[in-house]
Amino acid sequence: MSASIVRDTRLAKRRRELMVCAVLAAIALALALLGLVVGAYTVALPDLLATLVGQGSAKDNFIVLQLRLPRVTIAIVVGIAFALSGALFQALFSNPLASPDIIGITTGASSAAVAAILILGLSGLTVSLFAFVGALAVATAIYLLSSSGGASSYRFVLVGIAFAFLLHGVLGYLLTRADVRDAQGALVWLVGSLSGTRWVDIAVAGAGVAVLLPVVALLAPRLRVLQLGDSSASGLGVRVAPVRLGLLTVAVALAAVGTAAVGPIAFVAFVCGPIARRLLRTGGTGLVASALVGVVLVLGSDFAAQHLLGDTQVPVGIITGAVGAPYLLWLLARANRTRGDS
Amino acid sequence: MDLRATDLSLSYDGDRIVEGLDLEIPSGDITVIVGPNACGKSTLLRGLARLMRPDAGLVTLGERDIHSINSKQLATWVGLLPQQPIAPEGITVADLVGRGRYPHQGLFGQWTAADEAAVTHALTVTDTLDLSVRRVEELSGGQRQRVWIAMALAQDTDILLLDEPTTFLDVAHQIEVLDLLHELNATRGTTVVMVLHDLNLAARYADHIVVMAGGSIVTSGEPRAVITAETVTSAFGLECVVIEDPLYGSPLVVPRGRFHPAG
Repeated sequence: MSASIVRDTRLAKRRRELMVCAVLAAIALALALLGLVVGAYTVALPDLLATLVGQGSAKDNFIVLQLRLPRVTIAIVVGIAFALSGALFQALFSNPLASPDIIGITTGASSAAVAAILILGLSGLTVSLFAFVGALAVATAIYLLSSSGGASSYRFVLVGIAFAFLLHGVLGYLLTRADVRDAQGALVWLVGSLSGTRWVDIAVAGAGVAVLLPVVALLAPRLRVLQLGDSSASGLGVRVAPVRLGLLTVAVALAAVGTAAVGPIAFVAFVCGPIARRLLRTGGTGLVASALVGVVLVLGSDFAAQHLLGDTQVPVGIITGAVGAPYLLWLLARANRTRGDS
Repeated sequence: MDLRATDLSLSYDGDRIVEGLDLEIPSGDITVIVGPNACGKSTLLRGLARLMRPDAGLVTLGERDIHSINSKQLATWVGLLPQQPIAPEGITVADLVGRGRYPHQGLFGQWTAADEAAVTHALTVTDTLDLSVRRVEELSGGQRQRVWIAMALAQDTDILLLDEPTTFLDVAHQIEVLDLLHELNATRGTTVVMVLHDLNLAARYADHIVVMAGGSIVTSGEPRAVITAETVTSAFGLECVVIEDPLYGSPLVVPRGRFHPAG
């Protein structure tokens, strides 16, 4: 009788996780439909469904399949990529500030992309490739600089923040010396934006995420053990150093894929993990829930960016920044009340 | 399976902490490592748990170098409770103890009936079954330490290494934890190796005491033979008198300081 309490606790946890994920998925679906239906021209729901299965009118086809669906799809893809990247970083360093958008990794991607546009005169997917490589290079630099003489989470975050400032300086320099029209095109790399997404961008980002997700799934059980601290994890048979490096690489690659596709959408990586864990309250890694929060956040913010400010459309990164910055303040305000891990 | 260190040297950041140490852990006994601060006792424990790679020498388990054993396989033989393990925020007791099953699980961490039975048993033995649904952060220090021990038990190993399992606990909870470890040793034959600060509790619960100072073993053996005024003075630099514990007959260290009561 009392023995079943263990099973009951486990099932209760799983029920709670399923419920939270189901609700988040429902919200995400609703937001996706909203994004497809609402706009200067409203597509009726039956027409939308007809269009999605290939039975739409020419006008609906153009508006839904060429204008709105790419935007909604990329929102889902990068929502997953940024949110998972942030959640992995935060879990690996047991520090909510250890997020790729705080520690300069997405800024590294932006700097490389802007340099490619303004100095090398490149465009299109080549720029995205530069962004991807930029993110990896900055992450490697932070890792090498902070791991000499024993890596600590604190040091990693501080070195990362220093890099973020340095790279913002580089970005500012590149933009001020650029021709005004070129600078206009480079602006998307300062605040991420989903407008003008083409299907080829989605295919590239989608392929990246599709390759990385199984790796995350494979390493997730080890991450659960790593949450108990390196010593405990090692005692439980996890090879801490290679597993950490593997997870870190995947997290960096996810942030790089997302930034290469749409630019650095501020704070998505930073807020999704903590929001998901707060909703779950089960002490798990909450990776699935984090990814869903990411989708909801990017879809919702992009909808707000397009429609809530009257006729002015703003890049989605402005909305997520407006949501994320107060959260950062709140986090800093209560930081001295929480225990620090290093 | 015998755990043994041979000519073992361990360093942190290039500083040699443990130097040329030989140690054999008696199977089925409780071994307690004592010594002054920074004498290398925790480092030795970490070396035995394969948390550190030796500069020289080796640690063997049943004649095999532990660094040559698959890490998950090793974790089914040797368990470790570090000094400050981290409980993820919001985790329940049952969930935390369940994570001790990791080395017994498959590639994706599938949960089996054997896992369920091991966790239930660990919770029962440590008297924490009633706490199963509670969140770890809501527990008292003593309860929390019992839960961590339950996690180590769920790991189901022959050898259990514990780094100062009684630190931060009041005296009643210290006794509770040590009684629990003693019962485990007596009923399951688990080999227990732990670092303790309190010499008197060490002398009471240990079958085998290892006294360390300056990265080496000063002396080791049965408590009555080892805990003497001379040993304590030479290892800790503390003048003392050793008398017999009135309850258990084990050595009881009464320290002498500069203190003189007024009047």
